[in-house]
Amino acid sequence: MKFVKLIAVCLLLWISVAGEAQEFEAMDFPWDNGSALLLRWKLDPSRDSLSLQKPDSLGVYREFFNEFSQSGECKDGDLVSDTQYKYRLIAYAADRSDSLVLEASAQPRQQWFAMGKLSFLILLLVICAAILYFIWSARRGKDLFIRRISGLDSMEEAIGRATEKGKPILFVPGISDLDDIQTIAALNILNHLAFKSAEYNTDLIVPCRFSMVLSAARETVKEAYLRAGKPDQYREENIFYVTDDQFGYVAGVDGIMVREQPAANFFLGAFWAESLILTETGFGTGAIQTAGTGQPHQIPFFVVSCDYTLIGEELFAASAYLSRDPHQLGSLKGHDFGKLLVILLILIGIAMEIAGLTWFKQFFVGGN
Amino acid sequence: MKRNVPLILAFISGMLVIISEFIPHYPFGLIEETLAGWFMIVSSFAILLGQISLISANINRVVEKSHNWQYYLAGLISFAVMVTVGLLWGMENTPGILGQGAGITAKLGSKPFDYIFEYAYMPLSSTMFALLAFYIASAAYRAFIIRNFESNLLMITAVIVILGRTSFATALTSWVPKSLTLLHLPELTDFIMQYPNTAAQRAIMISAALGVIGSSLRIILGIERSYLGGGK
Repeated sequence: MKFVKLIAVCLLLWISVAGEAQEFEAMDFPWDNGSALLLRWKLDPSRDSLSLQKPDSLGVYREFFNEFSQSGECKDGDLVSDTQYKYRLIAYAADRSDSLVLEASAQPRQQWFAMGKLSFLILLLVICAAILYFIWSARRGKDLFIRRISGLDSMEEAIGRATEKGKPILFVPGISDLDDIQTIAALNILNHLAFKSAEYNTDLIVPCRFSMVLSAARETVKEAYLRAGKPDQYREENIFYVTDDQFGYVAGVDGIMVREQPAANFFLGAFWAESLILTETGFGTGAIQTAGTGQPHQIPFFVVSCDYTLIGEELFAASAYLSRDPHQLGSLKGHDFGKLLVILLILIGIAMEIAGLTWFKQFFVGGN
Repeated sequence: MKRNVPLILAFISGMLVIISEFIPHYPFGLIEETLAGWFMIVSSFAILLGQISLISANINRVVEKSHNWQYYLAGLISFAVMVTVGLLWGMENTPGILGQGAGITAKLGSKPFDYIFEYAYMPLSSTMFALLAFYIASAAYRAFIIRNFESNLLMITAVIVILGRTSFATALTSWVPKSLTLLHLPELTDFIMQYPNTAAQRAIMISAALGVIGSSLRIILGIERSYLGGGK
């Protein structure tokens, strides 16, 4: 009987201890570059505040988190991978004037795949596959319908007008550096424009904000003039550096528009607050204006003050469209497939959210 | 060879950057950062090219006494002054050839470079930016002229948003019953900005992102070569 009582007491003791089981663990943050640890804790209900601490370079524990929750987690970032980190959790119980110290340690590890970006990878692969398929179809001679882009069709009209008036053409390749895809897209269009202006014997002025863009623009225009068989007409001094400063550059370009009175202005690339200052000055000079950017906030300004505007994807499609090369045109069909895919995903997402299934949206929100 | 080397470099760099986006492990995690560092180094050398272009273009205009040559001379003088004071006394905490220039700094209140920057350059830059207010007014006037159904719609929406952003808006629609909160001008403005406006902007962003994917793929695969000069 005594033995049974002893077992019962032990059992009760174990249950009471287990009921107050308090956990604190540190683990590697999943699917990252080894720069973070995840700290998780579970405290008993008597605890009412906490302090999460880690040692500084002198080994003195410093608090870095103190938002209380019975069970919760906290991400500690900016860590060095494969290094051991120690943590201390102090949980307080004010009514008992008691505190409990729990310790944990872990090493952040670099992962071989960012799982939070899986949805992006799938989308990227599907869209790339579609683009490659349509390029392949174009190579096999399949006739692909590409909708007309009036802003690009008007390019010849603008150059013709400049030629008739004996005025130059102004091309502004945006105000971003060469590491921006919008600037690359602008330079691709510049190549076609320079070829046409060489054919029409019309001067082309290209003011640049960055030296790298200047160098690339000069090379692009020079090659276009060579291709047109008129290398002697290439004037390097017409492609020049103005200044790195945003509004200094705007003042320079505005001055060129007012003094030289170009008959056609092209504003293609990345633009910010200066977009309207440039295009309104051009509007005032009576030039035929074509603009295009991937910056959604600047599109309304261009629509109001320019004759033609390339919206979003049209800027990136311009070079392929102008080249009339079937291989490049094939890639434009891939863009259309991408749009269709996005529309379908949005519709499915709406239906899933209405049905209360949030995993679909979460999958595409991603992380890391 | 002259064409193939850049194409191969573009392909390798493009593929590495794409791969490193999805593999956080060393060495992939560092590739993007390293390439950005290389870009900065190349850019730094290219600055010299820009300065040479700037000086030669301005000198040519002054020498040829072309129209308004005085402005080009003013540009050259400004450039020379900034370079000279920057070299002599430095800027902010960086010393120049003559050290920190305590005497001249005490006289001006700051270093000559910082003084000119703050009291000549900054007001000029702000003046250019301020022009935007007037250009917005003139552009808005043209945009809101009623020509057809769409422009009518645009004008009505614009009036609601403009009024809704003023303190006058609350007073103007305070008589509308609480059950029709959406018709209160501030709420209506927020609705327009939050839903139709955001939806349209996101549509443009998605379309631009698709364009970026297509354009990048053409460049990486060497189908698009215009940026190297020439077509095929």
